Amino acid sequence: MSRLRARPGERIDRSAPVTFSFDGAEVSGFEGDTLASALYADGRRVFSRSFKYHRPRGLVCCTGQCANCMATVDGRPNVRLCAEPIRAGADVRGQNVLGSVDRDLLSAVDRFGGPFTPPGFYYKTFIRPRRFWPLYEKLLRNVAGLGKLDLHGEREGRFDSEHRHVDVLVVGGGSEGLREAIEAAEQGKRVALVDEGPEPGGALLLTGDGIEPAQALADRARQAGVELLCPARAVGVYEGNLVPIEYGNVLIRMRAGEVVVAAGTVEQPLVFPGNDLVGVMLPGAASRLVRFWSVKPGDRAVVIAADDAGGHAAEALSDAGVRISAAIDLRTRMPETIAARGKKGRVTELTVDGETYACDLVVASGSPQPAHALLSHAGARVEFEPARGIFVPVEIPDGLRAVGAAAGDVGEASVPRPAFGNGQKGKEFVCICEDQTTKDLQLAHAEGYDSIELSKRYTTVTMGPCQGRLCHLNSVRLYAQTSATDEGTIGTTTARPPWSPISLELLAGRPHEPARRTSMHHRHRELGASMMWTGEWRRPYAYGEPADEVRAVHDSVGIIDVSTLGKILVSGADAATFLERIYPNRFGDMAEGRIRYGVLTSDAGRIMDDGTIARLNADTYYVTTTSTGAEAVIEWFEWWNAIWGYKLDIVNVTGTLAAINVAGPSSRELMERVTDLPIDAESFRYLDAKTGDVAGVPSLLLRIGFVGELGYEIHFPSVHGEHILDTFLSEGADLGIAPFGLEPQRVLRLEKTHILVGQDTDSESNLLEASMPWILKLDKDDFVGRWSAELVKDRGLETRLVGFRIRSDHLPEEGGQIVERGAPVGRITSARRSEAAGGTIGLAWVPAEKAQEGERVDVRIKGALVEAEITLKPFYDPDGELLRS
Amino acid sequence: MTFLIPCPNCGPRPVEEFTSTGEIRERPKESPTQTELSHYVYFRRNVAGVQSEWWYHRYGCELWFLADRDTRDNRVIETRLPPSSRSEW
Repeated sequence: MSRLRARPGERIDRSAPVTFSFDGAEVSGFEGDTLASALYADGRRVFSRSFKYHRPRGLVCCTGQCANCMATVDGRPNVRLCAEPIRAGADVRGQNVLGSVDRDLLSAVDRFGGPFTPPGFYYKTFIRPRRFWPLYEKLLRNVAGLGKLDLHGEREGRFDSEHRHVDVLVVGGGSEGLREAIEAAEQGKRVALVDEGPEPGGALLLTGDGIEPAQALADRARQAGVELLCPARAVGVYEGNLVPIEYGNVLIRMRAGEVVVAAGTVEQPLVFPGNDLVGVMLPGAASRLVRFWSVKPGDRAVVIAADDAGGHAAEALSDAGVRISAAIDLRTRMPETIAARGKKGRVTELTVDGETYACDLVVASGSPQPAHALLSHAGARVEFEPARGIFVPVEIPDGLRAVGAAAGDVGEASVPRPAFGNGQKGKEFVCICEDQTTKDLQLAHAEGYDSIELSKRYTTVTMGPCQGRLCHLNSVRLYAQTSATDEGTIGTTTARPPWSPISLELLAGRPHEPARRTSMHHRHRELGASMMWTGEWRRPYAYGEPADEVRAVHDSVGIIDVSTLGKILVSGADAATFLERIYPNRFGDMAEGRIRYGVLTSDAGRIMDDGTIARLNADTYYVTTTSTGAEAVIEWFEWWNAIWGYKLDIVNVTGTLAAINVAGPSSRELMERVTDLPIDAESFRYLDAKTGDVAGVPSLLLRIGFVGELGYEIHFPSVHGEHILDTFLSEGADLGIAPFGLEPQRVLRLEKTHILVGQDTDSESNLLEASMPWILKLDKDDFVGRWSAELVKDRGLETRLVGFRIRSDHLPEEGGQIVERGAPVGRITSARRSEAAGGTIGLAWVPAEKAQEGERVDVRIKGALVEAEITLKPFYDPDGELLRS
Repeated sequence: MTFLIPCPNCGPRPVEEFTSTGEIRERPKESPTQTELSHYVYFRRNVAGVQSEWWYHRYGCELWFLADRDTRDNRVIETRLPPSSRSEW
């Protein structure tokens, strides 16, 4: 076992052991471990198998960047064990293997697959015979790839979003980041700092004498009022300095006045044969294993590095009692060749310029690359600095700043060779995530993929789980060498968010299903209604059998909650002029206390919404809209009035007022019982609007033909919803009153061929073709939609919305076809069975010449053709005698 | 789109609170020809640069206002009340 004796500064709590399993075997670690550190301490060195060749892979970065420690944890694939806190009972399993990570049968690919698996091998090796491709594809998908998703998995836990604002957001909690945060906070600014670790400190924590200064800085930051978000990750920088931050199960959407990027550097691997062997790691990984988790990374090490990180790692290794066979500082000596060899995938020796060192650990790193991704998201450019061999951010946009190593201040470093193989045997990996070697890149270049963007897409270098962190710089440098040009000419690929992987469930957040409920909602439930969604509203579908409710309305009286209708008060000196100009029909000539049906059209002639408009007095109109249309109509009204500038107020009273519709032959008798207003046919005519008390509640009463029977719509303050409903139900009990839901309402309205905007109409539908010519008043002044209507009138109608009837039980689907000589010529938009009409009825768009009373058309129902008869009049009470009675 | 828009009433707010009908269009004064009408209804200049647009603070104060926005980088240069708005309302 590799656990060291207790060390100052270690993150583990040795009094709190934690047990979990790896591929079924029990492993134990301590609170404060990651799953990877506990496994490493337990002796595990092989953590995964590589993407393509199934080579054994071990820890490389220990910072959650690369793919090497990805495993499936409790069914979740691709969890980076090095960044995943230890959890009791966790079920960790190796992935992308046939067998186990220690014995993976698919590793045969590594031995035999090389010549068959160059870049683009799908299209080279596996192309013939072509009919075998589906087989090949299935095989390849099984052999290559990452973990497998549980397709039936359920969301676990709760995920939330938080919207936050700060003056300064510092990304990266190293010494520079902490100092920036403290300074800004001491100036009185609101400051938050994001760091990946459980405690800030960054690179300071990787040195023996840096832990105390790091803690002191973190304490000062806390005292200065800096909010420390750690462990957390900034995912990207979006417009308006929006920085999504993954913070446990919370996605913080942080808006920052200024974003200070102090993200430090990303350590870069060296490219040499065998550089992916288990035991070859970056200096940060070795330092972290020792300093954070008191784990001894190996027994004999070779350290070979281009900057100070190598020295820091060597120091940590010595502290841990690791023998150092050789420490090579690339700043003082740049070898010609390097190669590692191993047994069973684990490194056993490193040869540098012909000199061989036995070892089980190789700490190797090239130039430290500034972590510029977040700056690039915001639009910064990066420029290659030949002297240091790294990309440095330039032209940083306003509102962002880079400090410290992220800005390019990486200290003294040398420029390693792009590759140290120089003809030696063995695969040298440029991209360990995607298993791409120098040979693969050189081949891609030889095949003509001479741009780095093309090469990226062809070879998939930088497209793996590390997203270029460990391979981008090396691939650009190798490409520059291969094409005998410089890195500046090759350039970089585009950096896009997310900078660190983020789970979809966190992005999705908590499932929100905001619902609007009317003031009568709970009564509906008590009455046994089944509820349905209409837009954001919850409405009764029916209380029982829809057909019974339809019958009650026709035979006695029914009551429906229509509180969801949009309700808008338009008032002011210019109200009449405004409505005249925005609607195709007339409202200026309406008498006070009268009602008219109105249809809104756009300048494209499209039907947008419909409803009734009551003139309450000279300057006040009460406009109702469809149940989901209120907001859009208000927006439309407000927009046109922002252009026209009429003097009027537009007030949305949709939520303030509730409404019911009472309909049926007995509705007049019922109304007489609940109001003192004269209800007789003479005093309260069809399309009259009156105000008065109903069941003691001040109300607006509209006599309209909502469902085709004699009926009254009553609008009143929402708070009285249950009282009004209760009163009507009890007063109407002996009349046989029935509450009815949306489904019976659809049948009833369809019997009257009332259109449902958005169901029977779409973005092509205009008034004339929707068979509502009476709405259009072309003899008045200009109005919205006039010119398009004139155009349709001039060109003649091509299609018409008409009623149809099928004298059998056949019920076509909504959206079903009207067929002529085998070809679809029209479509059905609504269809229901109706007892009153004796069969199936509906609305359909048909060619204009078919729009004749009694014309026969064929409707396709489940593949068979069924005859339907066109009707131009309502199916029920065609001349409106009942309505006006 | 995550930029901020300074609403003339409410100050800078995230773009998700707003809707837009796009660039300002001149509605024909007289009865237009079919070509003029289809240009007005369907065609947009769609400039790559600064364009004046209608914006509506839907999840806010419900104000329609005009904004000059650079379509290339979503920089909002200016927002203002439409000319017809009168302060005495």
